[in-house]
Amino acid sequence: MWVFLATEVMFFGGLFTAYIIYRNFYLSAFEAGSRLLNVKIGAANTAVLLCSSLTMALGVRAAQLGKKKLLVTFLVLTLLLGLAFIGIKLGLEWRHDYLEGFAPGVNWTFHGPDWRHLELFFCFYFFLTGIHALHMLIGVGILTTLIIMAGRGRFSPQRYNPVEVSGLYWHFVDIVWIFLYPLLYLIGGRY
Amino acid sequence: MVGHVVHKKLYFLVFAGLIGLTALTTGVAFIDLGKWNTLAALAIAVCKASLVVLFFMHLRWSSGLMRMVLLAAFIWFAILVALTLSDEFTRQWTPVPSNWQAQVQQQAR
Amino acid sequence: MGGGREGNHEMGTAVVEPGIESRVHYLNASYGIKSWLLTTDHKRIAMLYLASITFFFFIGGAAAVLMRLNLISPQGALLEPATYNKLFSMHGIIMVFFFLIPSIPAVLGNFLVPLMIGARDLAFPRLNLLSWYVFMVGGLFTLYAVIAGGVDTGWTFYTPLSTTYANTNVISAALGVFIAGFSSILTGLNFVVTIHKMRAPGLTWFRLPLFLWAIYATSIIQILGTPVLAITLTLVALERVFHVGVFDPAVGGDPILFQHLFWFYSHPAVYIMILPSMGVISELVTAFSKKRIFGYSFIAFSSVAIAVISFLVWGHHMFVAGQSIYAGIVFSVLSFLVAIPSAVKVFNWTATLYKGSVSYQAPMLYALGFIGLFTMGGLTGLFLATLAVDAHVHGTYFVVGHFHYIMVGGAVMGYLGGIHYWWPKISGRMYPDGWARLSAAIIFIGFNLTFFPQYMLGYLGMPRRYAVYAPEFQVLNVMSSAGASILGVGYLIPLVYMVWSMRYGPVAGPNPWGAKGLEWQTPSPPPTENFEETPKVTEEAYAYGTEETQVA
Repeated sequence: MWVFLATEVMFFGGLFTAYIIYRNFYLSAFEAGSRLLNVKIGAANTAVLLCSSLTMALGVRAAQLGKKKLLVTFLVLTLLLGLAFIGIKLGLEWRHDYLEGFAPGVNWTFHGPDWRHLELFFCFYFFLTGIHALHMLIGVGILTTLIIMAGRGRFSPQRYNPVEVSGLYWHFVDIVWIFLYPLLYLIGGRY
Repeated sequence: MVGHVVHKKLYFLVFAGLIGLTALTTGVAFIDLGKWNTLAALAIAVCKASLVVLFFMHLRWSSGLMRMVLLAAFIWFAILVALTLSDEFTRQWTPVPSNWQAQVQQQAR
Repeated sequence: MGGGREGNHEMGTAVVEPGIESRVHYLNASYGIKSWLLTTDHKRIAMLYLASITFFFFIGGAAAVLMRLNLISPQGALLEPATYNKLFSMHGIIMVFFFLIPSIPAVLGNFLVPLMIGARDLAFPRLNLLSWYVFMVGGLFTLYAVIAGGVDTGWTFYTPLSTTYANTNVISAALGVFIAGFSSILTGLNFVVTIHKMRAPGLTWFRLPLFLWAIYATSIIQILGTPVLAITLTLVALERVFHVGVFDPAVGGDPILFQHLFWFYSHPAVYIMILPSMGVISELVTAFSKKRIFGYSFIAFSSVAIAVISFLVWGHHMFVAGQSIYAGIVFSVLSFLVAIPSAVKVFNWTATLYKGSVSYQAPMLYALGFIGLFTMGGLTGLFLATLAVDAHVHGTYFVVGHFHYIMVGGAVMGYLGGIHYWWPKISGRMYPDGWARLSAAIIFIGFNLTFFPQYMLGYLGMPRRYAVYAPEFQVLNVMSSAGASILGVGYLIPLVYMVWSMRYGPVAGPNPWGAKGLEWQTPSPPPTENFEETPKVTEEAYAYGTEETQVA
């Protein structure tokens, strides 16, 4: 799984590279775009995801100790927190941006100064958070499978590798968000 | 084979640290540090990521090989960024004469 | 029974080998299509890949035939330029992503990695099967793109043509490549874990056959590079769908950024194509000169060095694209650097041949051809790495000649040499060596006739990817097309005799070449579990000359 995560680092890395370059070319537009994002929701979402990492780590620990009920509880909590994250991101933030006319390609209405570069910022915003959300959805699928397997008693202190490995994946998706949050929300000159 | 079992307390401690750092980075964003804002945000993000990697992902107790794999991934990402930026940022260094079109026509004749 | 040190292949014809029909091995262990399509046996999966990539090779080859036919005449003998554009794009996409990149790793690697380390299978056998299915799905999307009218952006998908202006099936082709990329990543992952974790007792890193060092280095490239291609193609597709200008200069995007992201993968990709082939050559050169390889650790380290440095040179594809000249200087120096490990290998192979007991069966002919042709291709790479020269020959047939010398004269010949060398192990039969040598010769002659004139054409200024050309280039073009027809015949002949040999070829024993290596310690074809009991390794790799080699 570590080897697979290395590939994911490079996958997101390509997107981050493009973002870094355009941010440097069009700093004012990107900063303006960043300010248009809602920091409170972003921070809340970050907290949600960090909680889910905690519950995931505790779940792995429960598997190591052979505590089946605890394992299922933590996995379910992680799943719910993950779903909450996706719900907030898609249902609240994306929907808001779409309604306000900041959705490139589908509903873009802003035509003030430097609007093309602002649109570029929102492109990256949607691509980055979208691909992140896709990875979270895959994680949700993996968690569902784990919950079913754990419910059937498939894991024990001698055999819990799938839980550990899925945990690694989940934490990685959290780490991507740890970088996305400041890069998208916080460096917009909000002072 | 049971891997290293981590104490519950450590997990909660790490979690508290993560939330604290999130609050810190959010707060710092509202203070004007000029160009240090970006650096501060990234530095805090690296700290948070390190906490997750070392403790939640158990890298602190893992073999050197796993650490190498992760290190390699970040080095390769750094290569991608560094060399691409080396182009994007140095394109303006070579001045193009303002009358280059006339010069080209001159040489074509 | 059996031949002497020259690896006489005529053994076994008169004696009825007690066993190939009555012995159970991986080919006859179970019958029926389900047993093949649901197999987790790495050897059967290798055969699935063999069939698939051979299929794709001939499709890509058909595109090449049409292109070369068209180029017989300066006005384009056969095709509209728009059609020609689609043909060279499909030729590139299919040959690169669906033949060259999987060829040696997925066929020979899958078959040999567990055998060479004394393991029962790869680390993740079901993942291995998934890799093949993912590959086939990617292939289907690409074939759909071909049938639906093709794509005309070239295999390089340069923007803004691919994102804004092309009205061909860019998204399906890109999707096909994207999916096939996952197959590449999963295979690489499987090999890395297998080689780290499943070596037989006594098989230290420095006793590994050099083929495995090459596969390991290749896997590292696959793992670290392919994801960047994935995200780049995703960006192209997203831009096509949503019309946002990520790479469109009209709205502030940077088309050169696309090229950076694309070549960050695609340059290491060409090393994915050549490194395994170099690994095969290391095996062939020792086996057919019955001598230890010269400079084992140098060759092993050079494989890793090539893998690492390959990631630092991608800008040499963009010297004249508008890249900063300072970046260009850096990339040029690094490109010179990457030639050094390759040269080390060539010197070491040559030194291995010196004073060896060389025999000239077909695999060795392919290996010798590789050494010569790869050297030529590699040297012309240095021409291209020189900024001043590249300004003149970029985008001309010189580049086409360069990479075909390496990909075809190098990678494909290594692939064919490997297929011939390990054929007795894979199928339990011997192919007819006379025909094999003949086709090796035909391929060598046809290849040089096809591609050497292309160096000259490029130097004289003929641009690449053009359906028509200036009349003064016609003679060389006709030579090239004539060579292509010979090359085509050369590739078809092995298809015939290899298939023939599966049923009518003389039965082969476990080690018809008298070679060293764990894969030769098990019967041909191997049983499903590879070894009766896990072998123990006590000698260094290629320990020729230390004892009389057994041929059975």
